[in-house]
Amino acid sequence: MLLAIDTSAGTGVAVVDRDRGVLAELSSPDTRGHAELIGDYLREALERAGVAPGELSGVAVGMGPGPFTGLRVGIAAARAFALGIRRPVVPIVSHDAIAFGRTAPGIVVTDARRREVYWSRYGAADELGLPVRLEGPALAKPDDVPTDAELVDSPLVPVGALGLLAEALSAHGRPFAADEPLYLRSPDVTLSAGPKRVTG
Amino acid sequence: MTGPLVLGIETSCDETGVGIVRGTELLANVIASSMDEHARYGGVVPEVAARAHLEALGPTLDEALERAGVRLDELDAIAVTSGPGLAGALMVGVGAAKALSIATGTPLYAVNHLVGHVGADVLRDDRGELELPTIALLVSGGHTSLLLVRDLISDVELLGETIDDAAGEAFDKVARLLGLPYPGGPQIDRAAEGGDPRAIRFPRGLTAAKDLDRHRYDFSFSGLKTAVARWVEQKRDAGEDVPLADVAASFREAVADVLLSKALAACRDLGVPRLLLGGGVVANARVRELAQQRTAAEGIALRIPPLSLCTDNGAMIAALGAQLVEAGRAPSGLGFGADSTLPVTSIQAA
Ligand SMILES: [Zn+2]
Repeated sequence: MLLAIDTSAGTGVAVVDRDRGVLAELSSPDTRGHAELIGDYLREALERAGVAPGELSGVAVGMGPGPFTGLRVGIAAARAFALGIRRPVVPIVSHDAIAFGRTAPGIVVTDARRREVYWSRYGAADELGLPVRLEGPALAKPDDVPTDAELVDSPLVPVGALGLLAEALSAHGRPFAADEPLYLRSPDVTLSAGPKRVTG
Repeated sequence: MTGPLVLGIETSCDETGVGIVRGTELLANVIASSMDEHARYGGVVPEVAARAHLEALGPTLDEALERAGVRLDELDAIAVTSGPGLAGALMVGVGAAKALSIATGTPLYAVNHLVGHVGADVLRDDRGELELPTIALLVSGGHTSLLLVRDLISDVELLGETIDDAAGEAFDKVARLLGLPYPGGPQIDRAAEGGDPRAIRFPRGLTAAKDLDRHRYDFSFSGLKTAVARWVEQKRDAGEDVPLADVAASFREAVADVLLSKALAACRDLGVPRLLLGGGVVANARVRELAQQRTAAEGIALRIPPLSLCTDNGAMIAALGAQLVEAGRAPSGLGFGADSTLPVTSIQAA
């Protein structure tokens, strides 16, 4: 059984089981309030699933892409939860969770704010029904996203699917994502040329 | 006597701090700083700090538990800084603390960063009790605040704070215009050695009679910074050498003078014969020295926690959490967020 967390868009928490599917799932499309929601969602998801933290075998987490402030809340929570139960973190590319369950090729698009989007291109699902990401995730202006495949525009990352994808990857010995947040943007800082004059 | 075993998480600025205390006994105080990453920008960049917190938190937690020699399941409580501070940075700690609390079934206390600085004093090795009421002067790159603390967990009042730059920021900015690297505090200290603190009379913000009505205990350092810049530019424009030691010493004197003048005015006005210092600027030699001289001259008891407990750290958050636990306070709910402007009257966030 896995706990699954994703805050790359809204806030989502689920408890999933390889055999029994999604046992509990809570999610909010609110793109703010990640830090406020995450605690109640974690407790509620475990309660609804009737699962104690010690019964979990790991914590799946969406690594983005996502706007950074919210994204970090879920990753911080997943890492701390995993540390708390001494079980591993299972990092997943959040777009893969959106693509999981689809069989046809497509381009997953999510909101990156500042009039930009994140996108990833997927081929047809593989023989196990797992998503095959061919390009991305990448950051682009909406007009620059490829249009040669069906667009899958998702306001939400289905966190139950994210958990089930993590279960499937581990069941089949497939690699997980890298354990680092997919910010896809540099911090907004410019190196200044030095102190400005104060006298004219 | 043993108090509650509490782990504290602090991520309000650029230090990822995890501390563990048993009551008033310090067991571990581990800090990962992203200061070096900010050096090239000349100041703390919030997004850079928040990214660094996320990477540092797990290893810092592990190291603190190892140094303290305790297991997570032994903890009586977890405490975390809810504010004030940088919102994105605070959220990393808040998210992690909530998850850790649920994963381990440990009660969670969301606490105030500034009151945490005062709480650090209960961890002193000499075990002298924190005597109350006390005036507390908390000065760092992120805050400059003057508090009246009547009770650590139930009665803290904000007397004044900076209306523009924090004192630590002023050190950074003046260091930069003098061509010195970041962080500015230790650089200015070094440059000031042998300098004459009375060589240049830089302005003392909000100390004029007309300002004292509304801003008796408030601070302002932006005018001082501009005055230093103007003075240095005039010298350079005139083709003269800038007497670095004198400028650094005079600037530092102006900061220390205004900090201590206001803090001691509060002690006098309110009849409180105690002053406690906290925050990273306490590392500044002249601030400490002037505090010692002036409090001694006025018969005011001065408390300065060890420097490792003055800069932002998790142990002070754990110590405040332990005080709340010992007083029988209920844990915070799970709905609190990161509050970048959390008032000092909110010692514990609901
Ligand atoms: Zn501080």
